[in-house]
Amino acid sequence: MEAFWIILVGSLIAVSCALLGSYLILRKMAMVGDAISHAVLPGIVIAYLLSGSRETLPMLVGAAALGVLTTVLIELFHKKSNLQMDASIGITFTWLFAIGIILISLFAGQVDLDQDCVLYGEIAYVPLDLWITESGYNMGPRTVWIASGLLLLLLLFIWRGYKGLFITTFNEEFAKALGIGVAFWHYALMGAVSLTTVISFESVGAILVVALLIVPPATAYLITTDLKKMLLLSSIFGILSAIGGYYLASLINGSIAGAIASVAGFLFLCVWVLELLRKKRVISI
Amino acid sequence: MLLGASAAIVGCFSFLRKRALVGDAIAHSILPGVCLAFMVSGSKNPLYLIIGAFITGWLSLLLIDGITRTTKLKSDTAIGIILSVFFGVGILLLTSIQHSGNASQAGLDKFLFGKAASLTKDDVYVFGTIAAILILVVILFYKEFKLISFNPDYAKVIGLPVRFLEFMLATITVLAVAVGIQAVGVVLMAALLITPASGARFWTDKLGVMILIATFFGAISGFLGSYISYVAPAMPTGPWIVMCLSLLTVGSIWFAPKTGMLARFRVQQDNQRKILIENVLKLFYHLGEKDGGFKKQRSIKVLLATRDLRMKELKRGLLLLKKENWLRKKGDHWVITESGLNEAKRVIKLHRLWEMYLNQRLKLEPDHVHNDAEAIEHIITPELERQLEKELNYPTKDPHQSTIPYVE
Repeated sequence: MEAFWIILVGSLIAVSCALLGSYLILRKMAMVGDAISHAVLPGIVIAYLLSGSRETLPMLVGAAALGVLTTVLIELFHKKSNLQMDASIGITFTWLFAIGIILISLFAGQVDLDQDCVLYGEIAYVPLDLWITESGYNMGPRTVWIASGLLLLLLLFIWRGYKGLFITTFNEEFAKALGIGVAFWHYALMGAVSLTTVISFESVGAILVVALLIVPPATAYLITTDLKKMLLLSSIFGILSAIGGYYLASLINGSIAGAIASVAGFLFLCVWVLELLRKKRVISI
Repeated sequence: MLLGASAAIVGCFSFLRKRALVGDAIAHSILPGVCLAFMVSGSKNPLYLIIGAFITGWLSLLLIDGITRTTKLKSDTAIGIILSVFFGVGILLLTSIQHSGNASQAGLDKFLFGKAASLTKDDVYVFGTIAAILILVVILFYKEFKLISFNPDYAKVIGLPVRFLEFMLATITVLAVAVGIQAVGVVLMAALLITPASGARFWTDKLGVMILIATFFGAISGFLGSYISYVAPAMPTGPWIVMCLSLLTVGSIWFAPKTGMLARFRVQQDNQRKILIENVLKLFYHLGEKDGGFKKQRSIKVLLATRDLRMKELKRGLLLLKKENWLRKKGDHWVITESGLNEAKRVIKLHRLWEMYLNQRLKLEPDHVHNDAEAIEHIITPELERQLEKELNYPTKDPHQSTIPYVE
């Protein structure tokens, strides 16, 4: 049962990340995802300090705010002062992350968040945090509900906004000419990334979020050029990584989050090599 | 301090080669190397760990290069893949080591967040040597590195061993990261590479100066960060170093002369003020041209009716002109002064000369030239003015048959 819950949560988060990550990669914003996942840290800490609890809602708000602030800062440095994109990403997220860690150390006594947990999460504790209703009925682990809610929300977002996201991703100029709010979709997507990041934080940690955001969609992108197929394939790769990661971790007694990332990387490697071989064969024929 | 400085120097080159985030990837990739080195050697000797770090760091660079070359993935995606996967593997190994109950493993996780303030003497020797080697290499190959950063094609043509130099540069980058990680940890290492270089870029266009400034930033932040964490032991060193660095850099972005945001803003303001003043002066001239009395008194109402200006703008312009002594106020009315009239003539002349030029040389119709002249009249320099006059042979009428005024 424990294994089931962990794999379920892993898969739910993997699918959410895979869907968003596909868009990030196509928009050439892979590193922005990385930046956001680091930069939400101070948001979480501040929200925690202000609200005094580990309730999900204030944390979500804090993290989402910081996520959007990150993109705004990156754009500001990039556009207003001609700093190159990669440098402005690098400055922004390291700075915010440093602030986050300093805040944690400042209030170390009061904050029940530790650095390790933030960085690589503890998905293994998922089954321990049960949601028991007032009548005493066991509804299963709390995280499962949160992760499912997130996935539903994202599916709704992508389903309702498919056209808007599609057009602004592939042809920004055209979208502008049509009068579609490019900025709106941009920030909506960034907000979604921040949200996903913070929900995934507790269970899988910042690094795994990045791995799940980037690696499965990149793997899918190697195989297909169709957006719908890419969304589907990357979800499948995400789930495979979650399952494989769990068993790898129990095999060598290590962190599940790290193992999931490793498996995702392994899948990418396989697909990459296969594609290379296929291309070679095509050429030799 | 030494760490900050050496990372800053190397960072300048990766910044200029637009590969800033590669440093981040290397930093993350080093973790599995450190763990493997520990598993193989069973000790925490910094030399072994650095060798392990060096190997995986290099591997990550090769893989990033391979992915971008053989697939359609962009380099940022490749970097993202490599850093997250390598880091995942690193975490997996690290936790696996921790759970294995090996007593000597304690402190390996210091690699994640750094521990500059608690370095042992041995560590200091090793890192000091490496940092010194890095600086030496940069000094020795300064010219070559400069060339491949700015113009790799040219470097290839004149027969420099570009691949070898890139290899050298990558090697020192990996080394700098491997060493720096001890001080600030995996996540913040990227900051040591990128941030000082970006900040320094705003102060100068010269590579040598840029490296010096970046080094200075790096060293000062290293010192401040260590000092803070020394005074307040609960404070982590790495984040404070990065904090100082970021503040320095963001400060540079805002306040640097010429390229900083404030400076740009000021230039913009100056230009806008100049345009406003000149437009208001032109207003007086046009009115004078119409009824023959350049020095007549004009009310604000008349002025507003002649040109599409907002009340607030006009008032601001009038006050600014008064300060320059180009306008005088008489009751509710405004009069242009002698010097103001000369200035107005100059602007009008530029406008009409330009219209003339467009009409004669570019064969634009007279009704097409006004808007262009309206914009350029504010930026034509005295040299250009003289050239225009000569080129057009001191014309007296513009394409609309208005007189071109010359100031005697």
